[in-house]
Amino acid sequence: MAPARYVGDLIFSFARYLGDLALLAGETMRGIFHGQVRPQLVVQQIYEVGFRSQLVVLITGAFTGAVFATQTYFQFHRLQMDTAVGPVVSVSMFRELGPVLCGLMVAGRVGAAMSAELGTMKVTEQLDALRALAVHPVDYLVVPRFLAMVISMPLLVAECIGVGILAAYLLTTQILGVSETYYVHNMLHFTGGRDVAMGLIKGMVFGVVIVFVSCHQGLNAREGAVGVGRATTEAVVIGSLFILVVNFFLTMALNIFFPAGK
Amino acid sequence: MTEHAHPSEVITVENLVQTIGGQEILRGFSLKVYQGETLVLLGRSGGGKSVFLRHLIGLMQPVSGTVTVGQEVISGLQERELAKVRRSMGMLFQNGALFDSLTVADNVAFPLRERGETDESVVRAKVEEALQMVDLAGNEGKMPVNLSGGMRKRVALARALVNQPRCMLYDEPTAGLDPIVADSIDLLIRRLQRKLGVTSIVVTHDMKSTFTIADHVALLHEGRCYFYGTCDQLRASTDPVIRDFVEGRSHDEP
Ligand SMILES: Nc1ncnc2c1ncn2[C@@H]1O[C@H](COP(=O)(O)OP(=O)(O)OP(=O)(O)O)[C@@H](O)[C@H]1O
Ligand SMILES: [Mg+2]
Repeated sequence: MAPARYVGDLIFSFARYLGDLALLAGETMRGIFHGQVRPQLVVQQIYEVGFRSQLVVLITGAFTGAVFATQTYFQFHRLQMDTAVGPVVSVSMFRELGPVLCGLMVAGRVGAAMSAELGTMKVTEQLDALRALAVHPVDYLVVPRFLAMVISMPLLVAECIGVGILAAYLLTTQILGVSETYYVHNMLHFTGGRDVAMGLIKGMVFGVVIVFVSCHQGLNAREGAVGVGRATTEAVVIGSLFILVVNFFLTMALNIFFPAGK
Repeated sequence: MTEHAHPSEVITVENLVQTIGGQEILRGFSLKVYQGETLVLLGRSGGGKSVFLRHLIGLMQPVSGTVTVGQEVISGLQERELAKVRRSMGMLFQNGALFDSLTVADNVAFPLRERGETDESVVRAKVEEALQMVDLAGNEGKMPVNLSGGMRKRVALARALVNQPRCMLYDEPTAGLDPIVADSIDLLIRRLQRKLGVTSIVVTHDMKSTFTIADHVALLHEGRCYFYGTCDQLRASTDPVIRDFVEGRSHDEP
C-alpha cells in the first residue's frame, strides 16, 4: 500500500501546486484589469528580461542553427538532397528548437533572477512592507514582470530563430558549398506563416510559464538565504521541466491549427 | 484609569489567538487603543509583540479573535479589501524593511507616488521634510545597504510617516539608536500626537522611552495582556513580573 499512497500524495501535491500557480495567475489578471499596471516598471523589466537576455539568446540560436545544419547536411548529402538542409533547419528552428532552447535559456537567466529577487524581498520583510503600504505585491512585482515577459519572449524567440537560420545559411552555403539560390528557394517554399506563428506563440507561453513559476517560488520563499537559494534552484528546474512538458502538449494542440508541411 | 480623556477606540482587539508551527504565541490577547493616545506595549523578547503588531494592519490573520480598526473588523478580510484601512495606518518594522533596490529618497517617496502624487517637486519637498524630521537630511541618494542600522530604521520611519497616517505602529523605534537620537524619536512621537492627533502603538524595551511617551502601557506576558494601565500605575505596581520589567531596565538609565 505504501507506494500507492506515496504516488497519491505526489499527485495531490502536484495538483495543489498547479492550483497555486493558477491562483497567482488569477491575481495577476485581476491586478491588470483593475488598472494596477505601472508602465515605468514594465519598461524597466523589459530592459532587464528582454533587452539584457539578447546576448545569451543570440549565441544559443546561432550555434544551434549551425550545428543542426552541419548534422543535417552530412546526412542529406549522402542522399544528394543538399538544398533540403534549408527548409529542415528553418522549420525545426521555428517550430521547436528556437522557442524551446530560447525558453530554457531564459528560464535559467530570468527565472533565477526573478525568484532570487522576490525571495530576498520575502525573507527581509520587504513584501510585508509593500502590503503595509497598501500595495499588493502581485500588482507591484508580478504584473510588470508578466507583461514584460509576454512582450519580450516572442521577440527573443524571433531573434533566436533569425540568427539560427542565418548561421545555418552561411555555414551551408559559404563553407559546405550548397547552392545559395536553391537553398533560399527551398527554405522559403517550405516555411510558412504557420511555422512563424507556432514559434512566437510557444515563446509567449513559455514566457508566461517562467514568470509564474519563478514568481511563485520567490513569493513563497522561506527561511533566509538557504530558502532563497532553494527557491531559485527550484524556479529554474521546475521552469525548465515545465517548458519541455508544455512544449509537447503545445505541439500537439498547435498542430491542429498550424499543421506542419502542406 | 483615565478613560474620560479618551472618548473613542481606534483599535479594539478581542481574544486574539495565534499559533505558528504548533507554538502558541498569542492566547487570547485583548486590548483597546483610544483615539489620539500613545500606547506602549512591553513584553519579553520573543513574547509575540511583533506578531501582535502584524495583526493590527492585517499582515497576519488570527486563528481566532477579532481586530477592529475604526468601525471595520479587519480580521478575515481579503488582501485587497485591507488596502483602505492600511492607507490610514503606518508601520515601522523592527528591521526597517526598506526596499533595498531603491535609494533613500525613493524609499521615502514610495508611498507618495503609490498614492498618485505625480508632481515631482511636491514629492521632493515632502521627502526632504520627512528626512529632516528623522535627522537624515542630505542622505537622499544613498542606498539602504550603505546605511547603518539606526539610519535604516530612521529612513523606514520617514517612509511610514510621509503620508501622515492617522495611526502609527512602531516596532522598537529606538532600539539600536544612540540615546540622543532615541530621545529625538520619542519627542517626534509626542509631537505627532499633539499636533496631528496621531494614535500610536509603540513596542519597546526602553523604559525611559516608555515613561516619556506612554499614555497607557500594556504588558504582553505568556500570550495575554498581563497588565494594562498608566505609567504611574506601572511604577506603583508590586507584581513581581511587572517589577522585573521596570527595574530590569532601570539600571541602564544613567
Ligand atoms: N514566521 C514565523 N515562523 C515561525 N515562528 C515565528 C514566526 N514569526 C514569529 N515566530 C515566533 O513567534 C514568537 C514571537 O515572535 P515575535 O517576533 O513576535 O517576538 P517579539 O516579542 O517581537 O520579540 P522581540 O522583542 O525580540 O522583537 C517567537 O517565538 C518566534 O520564534
Ligand atoms: Mg519584535
